[in-house]
Amino acid sequence: MADTNPFLPKSSSDGSYPTGSQATRRSPIKEQLTIFFGLLAVGLFAALLIGKNGSYNAHVHENKHGSLATSTTKKPETLGPVSRGPAAGVSEKSNRLSAKVDGNLLVYPWNNSMLSWQRTAFHFQPEKNWMNDPNGPLFYKGWYHFFYQYNPNAAVWGDIVWGHAVSRDMIHWLHLPLAMVADQWYDVNGVWTGSATILPDGKVVMLYTGSTAEAVQVQNLAYPANPNDPLLINWVKYPGNPVLVPPPGIDKMDFRDPTTAWLTSEGKWRITIGSKINKTGIALIYDTTDFINYERLDGALHAVSGTGMWECVDFFPVSKTEENGLETSVNGPGVKHVVKASLDDDRHDYYAIGTYHEKNGTWIPDQPEIDVGIGIRYDYGIFYAAKTFYDQNKNRRVLWGWIGESDSEAADVQKGWASLQSIPRTILFDNKTGTHLLQWPVEETESLRLKSNEFNQVTLQAGTVVPLDVGSATQLDIMAEFVIDKEALEKATGSNETFSCGTSGGAAERGALGPFGLLALADESLSEQTPVYFYIAKGSDGNLKTFFCNDQSRSSAASDVNKLIYGSFVPVLEGENLSLRMLVDHSIIESFAQGGRTVITSRVYPTKAIYGAAKVFLFNNATEASVTASLKIWQMNSAFIRPYPNDGKF
Amino acid sequence: MKSLILFVFLLILPAEAFRPTLLLGNLIERTCRQTPFYDLCVWSLKTNPESRNADVKKLARIMVDSVLKNKASDTLDLIDELLQDGFTLDPALHKALSSCAERYSVIIGGDVPEIIEALETGDYKFAERGTNDAAMEANSCEVEFPGKSPLTHMNKVVHDVSVVAASIVKIILHSQW
Repeated sequence: MADTNPFLPKSSSDGSYPTGSQATRRSPIKEQLTIFFGLLAVGLFAALLIGKNGSYNAHVHENKHGSLATSTTKKPETLGPVSRGPAAGVSEKSNRLSAKVDGNLLVYPWNNSMLSWQRTAFHFQPEKNWMNDPNGPLFYKGWYHFFYQYNPNAAVWGDIVWGHAVSRDMIHWLHLPLAMVADQWYDVNGVWTGSATILPDGKVVMLYTGSTAEAVQVQNLAYPANPNDPLLINWVKYPGNPVLVPPPGIDKMDFRDPTTAWLTSEGKWRITIGSKINKTGIALIYDTTDFINYERLDGALHAVSGTGMWECVDFFPVSKTEENGLETSVNGPGVKHVVKASLDDDRHDYYAIGTYHEKNGTWIPDQPEIDVGIGIRYDYGIFYAAKTFYDQNKNRRVLWGWIGESDSEAADVQKGWASLQSIPRTILFDNKTGTHLLQWPVEETESLRLKSNEFNQVTLQAGTVVPLDVGSATQLDIMAEFVIDKEALEKATGSNETFSCGTSGGAAERGALGPFGLLALADESLSEQTPVYFYIAKGSDGNLKTFFCNDQSRSSAASDVNKLIYGSFVPVLEGENLSLRMLVDHSIIESFAQGGRTVITSRVYPTKAIYGAAKVFLFNNATEASVTASLKIWQMNSAFIRPYPNDGKF
Repeated sequence: MKSLILFVFLLILPAEAFRPTLLLGNLIERTCRQTPFYDLCVWSLKTNPESRNADVKKLARIMVDSVLKNKASDTLDLIDELLQDGFTLDPALHKALSSCAERYSVIIGGDVPEIIEALETGDYKFAERGTNDAAMEANSCEVEFPGKSPLTHMNKVVHDVSVVAASIVKIILHSQW
């Protein structure tokens, strides 16, 4: 029946009003009317009272007076804890707002010492404020260029413009002035992500998304003001911008992040732009001869239903056999193509390997079960908006990824900055699995290596932790190999239980054949630790499945940081030892398993395991297997990332 | 029989009068049902005149720019008052209140602008990030008090409003249109 009083909140029992039952009874009109109007009056009166204030407002005002009254009438002593307190092992916080709070958790308000430690030594980051997506990476006239989404005004996202830096080796960066700011109607609401294309004659063109004054997402063309300037400091926006606007059928806010262009067999340039139609993520295709006029191809490069908006789409060839990168236009028999998308819905980057059909501009995945958005991720930790470029200087394809923060924005504001870039990684097709790409820190990373320590054939009995005496442990490059006791592998009983890093109990959950690995950024007492480890699960059919995880649950005593356990299944082939490379750089840990087949990036914010108190350990928490580990650990130098010096000497 | 017809007629009249509100209520109610705090959500939106004829994006905007911002400002005002009162005698309490003041400044000056810009330009993941962060800041403020928190009600309101806002943003992110 009609709800006669919509202003009253629905009670959970959904009580119906007496008029409902009364309507069916026969009674004199006068009585009916009186009752009806009486109830109506009551209802309206009640609506007036409640509607005016709102129950939550009322509570707030009460409390306000209440606590003020408390402050003036009660003595300070009575404000102390009311419960049994820590002496009885009871947490004050257990019935507070936070659902899962440690029993003995003491919250550490961040101090400047803890916060300033978090800045990295050799990962790209601007001097201050907020950064996100990598933009337009390229190599030009002897310099690697890196552009990025930047907020010049705050340590949170907003007011986005393009930052710029250059380097000789992708490690030692020098900051340059902002490349592009939001000074046109077509990008006044944001100079968003874009990509560079180097033409055969060496000219550079940049395509990027602008958020217009009406918040429409359009594509714009820009190019260097002075091609003879190797630093490419000044940029010109094409006067006829925008060159592309959302096509019919595409929402004006679902059209962004144009890719690097590649040549078609007809000699035209082709780009792809991510979007969505209902819940289907899609990569739209356009051809152009001049980067100014575009023709849209029917359909799309590819689409996957249920994946939502595709951001930062990337499309590039990889060689099936060679250990080098391929220029973006390359095609042929020994070549596979990768489609990658950043899913807005879950903030993860996914890729898939398949075949590109040049004639109609489509791409088919080799294995539809692990199609884009439902299969393999570049990185199982915090890593998004990734973009590759072809480095013609060293014949390699290089990947950049935005590494956000996983602490509170209040801490970001306090420390004055937010976000890092991943270490640049080379990308190669993993021809051993055929399904994966291999990512590995660019070789120039090794130029930062200082003194090293080697540990050979260290035996870790089940349930042991072994400290690694390497001195300082906040800037490290670790290469490790693990061999698990063969007998234990054979003897272990298999089970039907499915394992996943994210739902497991982390490094503390002991299995027969794992977990074992490294404890990074751990203090002496292990009160803070970030385990990165392997976990081998044996199925009831006797098959072994290896998982690679990064456990943040005890990485910090602070309560306002991410405590999730990241990770995934990692393919381990016959005859392979378990291998792990880890870069520790203050508040970032990047871990590469099996030569980069599975990668996890994690942001870590310890309160105690910082500066000289940070240590690294080996551990084996398996119950039935011993593990032998061999490692080499290097101290890493700083990259001294700083502004480009005025005198030109660096 | 006559009385029954008359009665039914009298019932329909007021129902007709309320109908425009009912239709409006439907989008708000449909939206709020997808949040964990239905009553809070419905109240906050229905008592705001801008929610008339608003679409889901506008509802999110109202929840953030009006409700969350106001509640957070009220809380910050309260914290300032407390810091000036006798509470400062207890150093741990003073420390917690100062930390809370910082968190609430960030909610108002950092999270809210970030969320609004994200809603306006369509990069919704940053709206989700900002709303989740606001909930977390309120929560973190609450757990910082060594003893009884003087802000429990306010922190809960801000936390819950942020969670409602985050849920509405999620609806936009995952929507069919």
